[in-house]
Amino acid sequence: MIRIERRLEQPGWLNVAVPVGSLVLAFGLSALVLVATGHDPLQTFRRLIHAAFGGQAQLTETVVSATPLAFTGLCAAVAFRMQLFNIGGEGQLYMGAIAAAAAALLLHSLPMAIVIAAMVLAGAAGGGLYALVPGFLRAFLKTNEIITSLMLNYAAALILNYLIFDSQSYWRDTTTAEAKVFPQGKMLPDSAAWPSWTLHGLGLPLGFLLAIGLAATLWFLFSRTRFGFEVKVIGDSPRAATYAGMRTRRKILAVMALSGAVAGVGGASQDGDFRHLLDPRGLQQAGYGYAGIVIAALARYNPFAVVLIAFLLGGVQNAGFTLQGADFPSGLVGVMQGLILFSALGCELLVRYRIRLASRARRPVPEAAT
Amino acid sequence: MNNSILVVVLASAVLYGTPLLFAALGELLAERSGVLNLGVEGMMLVGAVMGFWAVQRTSSLALALVVAAIAGGAMALIHAFLVVTLRANQIVSGLALTIFAGAAGLSSYLGNDLNLADQPAKRIFHSVLPKSLRDLPVIGPILFNQSLLVYGSWVVVIVVVLYLRRTRPGLNVRAVGESPAAADAMGINVTVYRYVHTVVGGALAGIGGACFSLSITPQWVDGLTSGAGWIAIALVIFAFWRPGLVLIGAYFFGAFSALPYTLQAHGVTIAPELLQSLPYVMTVLALVLVSSAGAKRRLGAPAALGLPYVREER
Repeated sequence: MIRIERRLEQPGWLNVAVPVGSLVLAFGLSALVLVATGHDPLQTFRRLIHAAFGGQAQLTETVVSATPLAFTGLCAAVAFRMQLFNIGGEGQLYMGAIAAAAAALLLHSLPMAIVIAAMVLAGAAGGGLYALVPGFLRAFLKTNEIITSLMLNYAAALILNYLIFDSQSYWRDTTTAEAKVFPQGKMLPDSAAWPSWTLHGLGLPLGFLLAIGLAATLWFLFSRTRFGFEVKVIGDSPRAATYAGMRTRRKILAVMALSGAVAGVGGASQDGDFRHLLDPRGLQQAGYGYAGIVIAALARYNPFAVVLIAFLLGGVQNAGFTLQGADFPSGLVGVMQGLILFSALGCELLVRYRIRLASRARRPVPEAAT
Repeated sequence: MNNSILVVVLASAVLYGTPLLFAALGELLAERSGVLNLGVEGMMLVGAVMGFWAVQRTSSLALALVVAAIAGGAMALIHAFLVVTLRANQIVSGLALTIFAGAAGLSSYLGNDLNLADQPAKRIFHSVLPKSLRDLPVIGPILFNQSLLVYGSWVVVIVVVLYLRRTRPGLNVRAVGESPAAADAMGINVTVYRYVHTVVGGALAGIGGACFSLSITPQWVDGLTSGAGWIAIALVIFAFWRPGLVLIGAYFFGAFSALPYTLQAHGVTIAPELLQSLPYVMTVLALVLVSSAGAKRRLGAPAALGLPYVREER
């Protein structure tokens, strides 16, 4: 007979076992989906792993895919720490990309270091301000931040489309005849091209290094400062926090702004590292925001684990783009991400509870029922 | 007169409100039993793609609706298993369901794998009433020039109202949503009630999705609901968990969803993105209105919404 009991303390090995176990379980479930739809899972997974991690070229592409995911993963993790469900990472990344592109176009004649710094700051401001909308509504009117932040994703996507496809905006290239027929963004100046480094053949864009630095900063903020402690208390027990005199509203605003700013820097990195123009289609193609939620949950909100898992899921996403076709249907990446999140939730049960196999004979039911 | 812009907008408000109505009624049933399911968008999209597949295979609209309902219910079953049996966090599980099933997930996988893109539906829902009724001034186009999906949704509203107000199981499900411990003590099986209402809710969401692929669009496009599932969730809050108010709210948001297309057809030259963002902006505004009015009393929200029930931990 199986009994489910609440754990009194959580052993440390679970922090590794749960993510690893969830990934294994998710791959198993994905194999079931593939078999059910008449595909060969082993063949598909072999091609997937080769396309993601098979060599230096593939690994470099995986880092490219992982960079925005690390930012949106950190964005979700920051907010989830305080039980704030910021689902708006996607829209905040778009707003960051818009603001950073504007900064780059405005400051085109300045030296590179200044332009890059301005792009990062503008991206953070764009994403942070956009996240403050649901943050403000949540803090002062108790409006559900899940739905508002999600609705703002759709609005941000429409703003992106408007700026490039349906207006003569500052971001749109209107110089050539071709650009008038096929609307596209203005090319950013050379001084806005972020540098990248090569390590043993593996390309490391500035954005990815920035994400690692940000992860370290966030780790310090959340585990070594008073701010981080208060965020944790408010997340675990808002009432205790109120009695202790913590200012919950301010923290909601601060955490939402921080969370959105992280996603916004991800948008700036899209402009500076990879796209070099404001690219609505490309930004909307991958679903960075949703993937960020999966990553944050699987990493159990640990910033360093976010970067590591962003790398793994970046590999899956990169392989999804490369292999897309008849025997690799395009929704598979989303299916796998969803299954990873389901598995992580299921395995989370093992953290909070333990499952014991106890025979009835040894544990007789007490005669006097309570 | 029947071509005046107001009548056209109201008629398409009913058309575009119908999927919202089905999905929101489903979510209302699940939430009344205490299960918050944020996977509505995913369930709708899977219902849309499977309903479309069924109509292409069998040319039967009735069968297509059944398939869409089963598909939506199957998705909801995953959520029910995770949150009721495994006591997982309902918010994260619902998000996982949307990621798993939604645009760029299972619905897109199935649609591409079954080669459903770029083909017209073999059969779609048409208006059913006689022409004399449809040509009545004003109410003709709005109320009588509609398909069976619309009239079916009215039946579902009435059934849900009567079920929750006038039947024993309806009373029980309200008890489960308000106080599962008390319901359990009364001998109501909390687990069964939550499973059943979550799955029925998913089935209604599946039908809501099929409204898009069999009536509104009518074909399969990846992500064709474009956020309707989320609007449906907001609608339940906006309607204070009452099915009658859901009906009104659905047509209100239906009007905003229909507005971009109707105005464009009438030659209005506002940027389409501005109009398309209306339903999302209005959802945020409606939530703000409701939350500032009802935050103190949590008007109508089931007391145990979102909380797992574990008998030995109460």
